[in-house]
Amino acid sequence: MNDIGRMSKTILEVRDLSATINGVPILKHMNLTIRAGEVHAIMGPNGSGKSTFAKVLAGHPTYEVTGGEVLFEGHNLLEMAPEERARAGLFLGFQYPIEVPGVTNSAFLRLAHNTVQGARGKEEMDPLEFDDYVQEKLKLLDIDPAFLERSVNEGFSGGEKKRNEILQMAILEPVLAILDEVDSGLDIDALRIVANAVNTLRREDNAVLLVTHYQRLLDYIVPDYVHVMDQGQIIRTGGKQLALELESRGYDWVAEEFKTRAAA
Amino acid sequence: MTDASVTTTLDSLLRGQSELPASPRTWLNALRADALERANALSVPSTRDEEWRYTDLSPLYKSSFQRLQRAPTLDTQAIEGLTLPEAHCRLTFVDGHFDASLSTGLSEGEITVQPLASAQVQKSGVVQTHLARYVAFADDPFTALNTAWLQDGVLVHAERDQSIAAPIHLLFISTTADAASYPRVLLVAERGASCTIVEDFLALHEGAYLVNGVTEIAAEDGARVRHIRVQRDSLAAFHIATCGVRVARDAHYAGTSVALGARISRYNLNVTQAGEGAELSIDGLALIGGRQLADTHSLLDHTTPNGRGRQLHKCIVDGAARAVFNGKIFVRPGAQRTDSAQQSRALLLSPRAQVDAKPQLEIFADDVKCAHGAAIGQIEREQLFYLKSRGLDDVSARNLLTFAFAAEIVARIPVPSLVERLERSVMQRTQTQNWNSQ
Repeated sequence: MNDIGRMSKTILEVRDLSATINGVPILKHMNLTIRAGEVHAIMGPNGSGKSTFAKVLAGHPTYEVTGGEVLFEGHNLLEMAPEERARAGLFLGFQYPIEVPGVTNSAFLRLAHNTVQGARGKEEMDPLEFDDYVQEKLKLLDIDPAFLERSVNEGFSGGEKKRNEILQMAILEPVLAILDEVDSGLDIDALRIVANAVNTLRREDNAVLLVTHYQRLLDYIVPDYVHVMDQGQIIRTGGKQLALELESRGYDWVAEEFKTRAAA
Repeated sequence: MTDASVTTTLDSLLRGQSELPASPRTWLNALRADALERANALSVPSTRDEEWRYTDLSPLYKSSFQRLQRAPTLDTQAIEGLTLPEAHCRLTFVDGHFDASLSTGLSEGEITVQPLASAQVQKSGVVQTHLARYVAFADDPFTALNTAWLQDGVLVHAERDQSIAAPIHLLFISTTADAASYPRVLLVAERGASCTIVEDFLALHEGAYLVNGVTEIAAEDGARVRHIRVQRDSLAAFHIATCGVRVARDAHYAGTSVALGARISRYNLNVTQAGEGAELSIDGLALIGGRQLADTHSLLDHTTPNGRGRQLHKCIVDGAARAVFNGKIFVRPGAQRTDSAQQSRALLLSPRAQVDAKPQLEIFADDVKCAHGAAIGQIEREQLFYLKSRGLDDVSARNLLTFAFAAEIVARIPVPSLVERLERSVMQRTQTQNWNSQ
């Protein structure tokens, strides 16, 4: 790294990525580079492909990658199964976390922890050790410990589900956390708690990719880069002030400028 | 199935019945004689009978099972790991015969738990009043067969307001291939009494045998009965059982049955709400694979007003196995303000697995709330992806989801050691699955 010593290492490199669902193109030649220590935000109108991008990175089976490549810490991400991506340190915080009735949150969290952390050379924890470990994380998210004995996400409020996602992030300590609409369904207090937890988990050697509709989240988790997605591609990249501009002016002007530039 | 082969079958199962020692009670001898007469007269069911449409018993008819005159002696080591530490007492039956040396705690506490052989003498009044009242043998060859062989069994008698929280463990062990056994259980909970029984069927070998059981339960006014039934017979066994329950005014019956074993099993559960305000709740789980068949036929029969019924039945079917569920809710004229609901859910783990689920609601009262739902499916793709995105591999994720599906029923059993044991066997079962789907 001597020749580029001031640059931190690249965590994610997306090159010319295209994907379809049932033959319909959803991602078109996406490019994105995320380095250690950075926070990126992807914004854009509904249907722009933001969530698809997040899911493709996590390996959702519904989407077919039709072109391009993705390197995750130098490894070919697209050749890895979803569980291998998770074990390598990629984490997707779901927009709509899935309910798993019959599996307690505590058992699930421990299983996930032991699988992911175990794959990265950390020791597995028995239920007692894990309980101590998880108590700390619960405090970080202001979650009632009784929550651990409930089935995963079953009957959780929208806010509880989102906190549970961030709890999992805290437990799995990913290299790259992709948080899909983590702010939806949260009231302002819950948003502060979640944002504070995400900020606490930030380190020099990890990174966060936020997918969001609203600038509001970015007041609390301040991005280094803001990308605007439209029709399956990134049409503009800027700093945190871009989010403020989008908030006041909407998305249309970005699309217009992109068209003008493309035509030129 | 020709009539000739049918006759041969019952003949062979009845062989030796005439040598059964006579009971000191003439009414019991008369009952056996009546049952024998019916067993001889009735033809065994075939798939031409609506009630047996999906359950072909011809492999049973081709087999030859004999009731043992005497059971082998087992030492206590043999049942180590099969006992329940929470149990109030345990009655153990070996190939259908009561084994006092493997039974404990019978004289403790106030509730009578007695082998039927002695109860028919010492508790003759109770036994005579209730035995063969809640399960009729006139039209049912298997109940007739069981009743013709009636000798050993269990009486649980909770007198007025007697109550024990700890479960009464009835352990039915098979040790011998080709043996037939005829377990019989009679539970009488008098007014305000409450108790929990666990019927536990298992084998110490992998051979074929027949269990033909009958259980009768009377929950009198305000009584509460918790009934757990675990069938984990050998995978070559045949298990045909009928349970009749009468639930009186304001009484409460909650049954949970789990079927893991047997090549062919059939459980008939008929629960009658015989008094106002009674609550019936029945849960079932069948977890089968290979070429197993598990058939549950249930009836919630509301005969009086203000009854409440709840049923959740689940099947997990792998390999070329077949699960059958026929759940009937019957609301008789006059059973107004009945509130009864049934849910049946099946998880198919292989393309050759089958389930036949048939809810049947027959409602003859106009002011009732009744609902049923049936769902048959595979493991949900989104759930699978969610677990994988947390690092679980495909097999572990599927196992966990299958386990969770079963755990919803198992967790309702109020005996922690049994829950733990069942969860372990569910886990083992799911882990040895050959995942064919997707």
